[in-house]
Amino acid sequence: MFGYYLDLALRSLKRNKALTVLMVLAIAVGIGASMTTLTVMHLLSGDPMPGRSATLFYPQVDPTDSPSADSQPRDMMDYRSAVDLWSAQRADRQALIASTELKMRAPGVNLPPQMARVLSTTSDFFPMFAVPLRYGTAWTPADDAQRTRVAVISSDLNNRLFGGADSVGRTLRLKDTDVRIVGVLAPWRPSPQFYDVAGGRFSEGKTSSFYSRPEDVFLPFGTAQDIAGNEFNVFTCWGDLEGLKHLQTAPCVWVALWVQLDDAAKVAGYRRFVADYAAQQKVLGRFVHGDNTRMMDLMQWLDFNHVVPGDVRLQVVLAFAFLLICLCNTVGLLLAKFLRRSGEIGVRRALGASRGAVFAQCLVEAGMIGLLGGLGGWLLTLLGLWLVRRQPVEYADLVHLDGGMFLATFVLAVLASLLAGFVPALRASRVAPGLQLKTL
Amino acid sequence: MDILPILSTLRRHKITALLLVLEIALTCAIVCNAVFLISQRLDRMKMQSGVAEHELVEVQAFGIGKPGDAKAHTQEDLLALRQIPGVKSVALVNEVPFTNSSWNSGIKLDPKQTQATLNATMYYGENALETFGTQLIAGRLFNSDEFVDFDAIQRDEAVRRKVTGVIITRGLGEKLWPGQDPLGKPIYLADQPVRVIGVVAGLIRPSLFNGDATAQWSMVFPFRVDTGNASRFVLRTAPADRDRVLAAAAAELRRTDPHRVILDKKTFDDIRADFFQDDRAMAGLLLGVCIALLVVTALGIVGLGSFWVAQRRRTIGVRRALGATRGSILRYFQTENFLLATIGIALGMVLAYGINLFLMLHYELPRLPAYYFPVGAIALWLIGQMAVLGPAMRAAAVPPVVATRSV
Repeated sequence: MFGYYLDLALRSLKRNKALTVLMVLAIAVGIGASMTTLTVMHLLSGDPMPGRSATLFYPQVDPTDSPSADSQPRDMMDYRSAVDLWSAQRADRQALIASTELKMRAPGVNLPPQMARVLSTTSDFFPMFAVPLRYGTAWTPADDAQRTRVAVISSDLNNRLFGGADSVGRTLRLKDTDVRIVGVLAPWRPSPQFYDVAGGRFSEGKTSSFYSRPEDVFLPFGTAQDIAGNEFNVFTCWGDLEGLKHLQTAPCVWVALWVQLDDAAKVAGYRRFVADYAAQQKVLGRFVHGDNTRMMDLMQWLDFNHVVPGDVRLQVVLAFAFLLICLCNTVGLLLAKFLRRSGEIGVRRALGASRGAVFAQCLVEAGMIGLLGGLGGWLLTLLGLWLVRRQPVEYADLVHLDGGMFLATFVLAVLASLLAGFVPALRASRVAPGLQLKTL
Repeated sequence: MDILPILSTLRRHKITALLLVLEIALTCAIVCNAVFLISQRLDRMKMQSGVAEHELVEVQAFGIGKPGDAKAHTQEDLLALRQIPGVKSVALVNEVPFTNSSWNSGIKLDPKQTQATLNATMYYGENALETFGTQLIAGRLFNSDEFVDFDAIQRDEAVRRKVTGVIITRGLGEKLWPGQDPLGKPIYLADQPVRVIGVVAGLIRPSLFNGDATAQWSMVFPFRVDTGNASRFVLRTAPADRDRVLAAAAAELRRTDPHRVILDKKTFDDIRADFFQDDRAMAGLLLGVCIALLVVTALGIVGLGSFWVAQRRRTIGVRRALGATRGSILRYFQTENFLLATIGIALGMVLAYGINLFLMLHYELPRLPAYYFPVGAIALWLIGQMAVLGPAMRAAAVPPVVATRSV
């Protein structure tokens, strides 16, 4: 029976080509727009550490002398608090993070000096965030303690400087210091670059910078302090300029701490530990707000920072409104199409076709249009994503259509067209056999 | 034209008529808001910087050989840059409008405040305002003997206490002391007051991280920076000379220190274009959506119109046979479309207002200006009339003889 309906649908589609093309186009354009924006949204709002994000936490304390306007702790920690918490080693894994830009040269490589984005972190960073290494290894906790002059570099930088060869053992000159490369990352592109996310709630939806590539050079935390001195990216300072001479003691927040806690008991324990630390610092007179602590997990932290750019959200809403209009259009056209065939349907009904059969046949035809529309929509989605990739945004290189979204394109198209075909098919199945026969 | 018969005919096509109305309503609501969003983005792109944009170029250079002699090197650099033919003025500054990298500070009106009144940006650099071409509207610029080395301020409390003057923008003055003359009034960054000695018409902050409303909250301090603590050279020249001056400046800077990294060299027009690229992209996208929506709606009207004409061929034939002119058949379909469009537009206006309220809540957008409603209505009426014209003409072309055929 289905085969017969399919045949009828094909014939019917061929009969009025203009109307068919119009409907297929309407669905294709609507699907193309919504799937393009939905794909971008899907890529940007995903979990950057699937399977592990629930065990990663971002503790916060409030070292400031006056509360912030929204009474949240600042988005990063001062050096002292971060290092204190890290040194306690109370979590399963813990990594300090601070970033900077340093002038960089590679001796023996014929390239002008350039500015390298440097992440200053600790050895747990690599296993904790499952960072893949192509060559060599990450540094060890001993290197953290001894402030060894070693570095891990990104796959991009390795390609730029060494043409992708195994560069372990080679030297980089950072500012005035030589460091030895001990590891080279395999291509690694978390989305967003979650460990650097902070301050998103102040950026009014302009958060595309959270999707930039990982840093070029990774240095042990202490080593980076020695090399960069005061030149770290600071989240914010308070108090007067006087204190800025030494970032390590300055009234500034610029260090982040990430911890991995593998079960609920440890999470509760760590929460208590952070609260106790802050309370103790208040007793010591270093903190004013000893009770203002927080600890969000990775996804909560991303959510708190509204990582998905406001423009992307707006585009999704727009695209779906657009799809809705295209569907309205399709409903109207399908209605026109089915009712125009009232005569034919009347004959079929008179010859014994049940209402259900007519209804099913109309839906098959609608689904067929949806399938064709989905095909067009898929091509338009590819075009749309190609356009997004050409935009000068940080996430441009992440944008692609994965298998799931490819399937979703067709499912959405067919569902949409079936929905659009529902009322017209119902109307068509109600055609009274006798009335139509009379006029033939 | 009699409207009642049209209405009674439409009553027999409830669903199709409703769909058309819905489509027009949705289109109207979305297009009104999208056009409004586009206009917001375009307005934003016109944001005044307060500097002589078409005459400025910037070279960002980083890293001087040995620390310690940065001051002498800087003077050498500035001298070399000044000597480039066509250069009117040169300054080394800590930050530059529209570059997203800024130095900011909370300021207080009373040293006893626990919370800063607001956060403003701080421009440093000898000769900065002259080079930027910022317009002074009250007070005076800094005298050359008022400048102190930025390094010395950080090192020496006594030097810091010597800094007592600041130049602010009119916008910042109005925010801090509404309706009053800011000249001579004190602000506090720490415990020590600095008094406003000059007011400039405008000088935008480099980064609008606190929102566009804070765009003009800028202060200029008489701090002399060197290449150890600042990296942006700004040169002012005639608009036609910009590209040549830019290339020459980069070459000069490389000559005075071959180890230097030239991070960026750009004309100010390019800096502005880069700063607003997201807005431009979004405006383009929204424009595309608007056009696509209008086209889809128009096609929908054409499709349904054609269907109705085909369905009513016999009726039209009968009417023609009874003496209706071609013109009256044409007008019948046009009036029908006008009626449907009007209902759609009315519904669309309500919806547009609702969407605008939502955007006001979630995207801090202003209220949709009232003139959007009549303009949107007229646009949709016109599109409706144009879209229905084809089918209506086909209807008018139906010969009266059709009436005699198949009945």
